[in-house]
Amino acid sequence: MTQSLVPGAVKILVAGGFGVGKTTMVGSVSEIEPLSTEERITQASVGVDSLDGVRDKSTTTVAMDFGRITLRDDLVLYLFGTPGQFRFWFMWDDLALGALGAIVLADTRRLESSFAAVDYFEQRGVPFAVGVNCFHGRREASAEDVRAALDLDESVPVVLCDVRDRASSKEVLLALLDRVRTGALAAAGQPA
Amino acid sequence: MTPEEAWFDREAGHLVRPYAITGGRTESGRTDYSLITLVVTADPRVDTTRLGPEPAAILGMCRERPLAVAEIAAQLDLPVSVVKVLLGDLADASLIITRAPVPLAEVPDLALVQAVIDGVRNL
Repeated sequence: MTQSLVPGAVKILVAGGFGVGKTTMVGSVSEIEPLSTEERITQASVGVDSLDGVRDKSTTTVAMDFGRITLRDDLVLYLFGTPGQFRFWFMWDDLALGALGAIVLADTRRLESSFAAVDYFEQRGVPFAVGVNCFHGRREASAEDVRAALDLDESVPVVLCDVRDRASSKEVLLALLDRVRTGALAAAGQPA
Repeated sequence: MTPEEAWFDREAGHLVRPYAITGGRTESGRTDYSLITLVVTADPRVDTTRLGPEPAAILGMCRERPLAVAEIAAQLDLPVSVVKVLLGDLADASLIITRAPVPLAEVPDLALVQAVIDGVRNL
């Protein structure tokens, strides 16, 4: 088998505060049960096969849940539910590298838990969409309320959703992808 | 799960084993593996009897279909960094073929974006 027969992979991040439904969303569209893995993150990299100097480094373990969607024989999409805790964010450069875009899941009862993710993706220029998870069908705020509260640019899609529902999760993904497509078109000098 | 259980199952269990499996190495000489680098066993009929249990397991699970580094780590219940060391060894021995993620420029390729949109629509 040659390398060209191995499919290529892309990823989309699903961010948001603890308990907002990240893993549920990943599970609702993934073809596999969401898997969990972890990485020990060191703030300074060692770069050699040695434990020398490890004492001086701060290490933390970050858990990630993820799922897989095979799009074509030669293209696989991975969805990564990313750790929401602010103190882990120094490792997000690794996670965000090569991401097509991100979904920020928000809970209207504690929108403040979405601020950090929104700031991060805005600063990094990672295209993102906001999914407002309406638990058990409660729609306590409109998309425009959420947009105002999070101070989002008009170009950021805001979608009310129920992440337990596959069709609803798909809708959020497609809103993000439409945003990504608009950016790609603009860069190519074509109207959206 | 109580904090104590989490500590013993996840933390203590992993602090010892990974380094034992990798012969004490904490990092692969290769830094080019990402979470979604895909891995395939080069020769499905490869004899794994002389390999350690973890490398043999990797060759076994990547025989049928390509798996991402993150999936291998999840299935082996090992940290991603440890799996990267093991994959580096397997690649050095030409036992696996890997493919890096689709490269994304600052603005992704329109055809790629459209392919992802079509794929998600068809879910």
